[in-house]
Amino acid sequence: MSVKRDSFSLSFAVGAYGTAFGAASVTAHFSVLQTCLLSLLTFSGASQFAVIGVLGAGGSALSGIATATLLGTRNALYGLRMAPILKVRGAKRVIAAQVTIDESTAIATAQSSNEDQKIGFWHTGFGVFIFWNAFTLLGALGAKAIGNPSAWGLDAAVPAAFIGLVWPRLIDTKTRLIAGAAMALSLALVPFTPSGIPIITTAVLAIIVGWRA
Amino acid sequence: MSPQWIAVIGTSSLAFALKYIGHSVPESWLAHPRIQRITALIPIVLLTALVTVNAVTTKTKIILDHRVAGLAVAVTALVLKLPFPVIVVGAAVGSAIAYHFGY
Repeated sequence: MSVKRDSFSLSFAVGAYGTAFGAASVTAHFSVLQTCLLSLLTFSGASQFAVIGVLGAGGSALSGIATATLLGTRNALYGLRMAPILKVRGAKRVIAAQVTIDESTAIATAQSSNEDQKIGFWHTGFGVFIFWNAFTLLGALGAKAIGNPSAWGLDAAVPAAFIGLVWPRLIDTKTRLIAGAAMALSLALVPFTPSGIPIITTAVLAIIVGWRA
Repeated sequence: MSPQWIAVIGTSSLAFALKYIGHSVPESWLAHPRIQRITALIPIVLLTALVTVNAVTTKTKIILDHRVAGLAVAVTALVLKLPFPVIVVGAAVGSAIAYHFGY
């Protein structure tokens, strides 16, 4: 069955990237336990990288949480889309919510039958969850064994991970212009505001542009 | 409690709350086109700002160092449509080399 095979390949590919998160998180001064808890409980790559990215750059816990939470708003829309497909309640809904991420929603909504949509969602959701957490631990332990993160290029792995996440979203002139504006605004604020503020402030750009269509 | 613990607990609770809300509220609540547009743009601006701040700043200063070399490798890998792990590992290798040359 091809939906199961697709789910597995995607889960492994995305999960392996948990190594980068584990290493980046330890480099940003989170403990191995805190790193693993982020992958288990937050379980949303961009939000996890955001919170460690903000705190690692010297930002406060509050600006880290705010940035990560804004990045997580899209998961609410995914849940909205998945609810009528899955039709689950109680404990099953709690589990479905936790594995509602970019990948599980993408695979599910790419299927034509309701049966395949459900298979795609659950297989990808659980698949990514298992691999992401296993590789997070691996990356965290690996980075802990390394002395100086700069000597191994780990401090560049964090912005590289972010640019890899944003690149596929820059699909036209409009999105590229918005990204350019976000870059300029964050740089302009860096010398004058506490760490973390230059990042979260760029959300205003999304609201201004999105408001008017 | 350390800032890291506050961040772990706060981020995790709110991340789950957002996911669960999506599964539980009536569709009309979030289906407004304006909310859809803003939600689609938020990752673009925040991730771009995260790239920028993590690549060329240290605390409240703009500093160009070995990380820029890493980012250049990452962009090259993206232009060549190479897979994700190559982007991250390539950036680390590029940055490590620049670091050892004293940047």
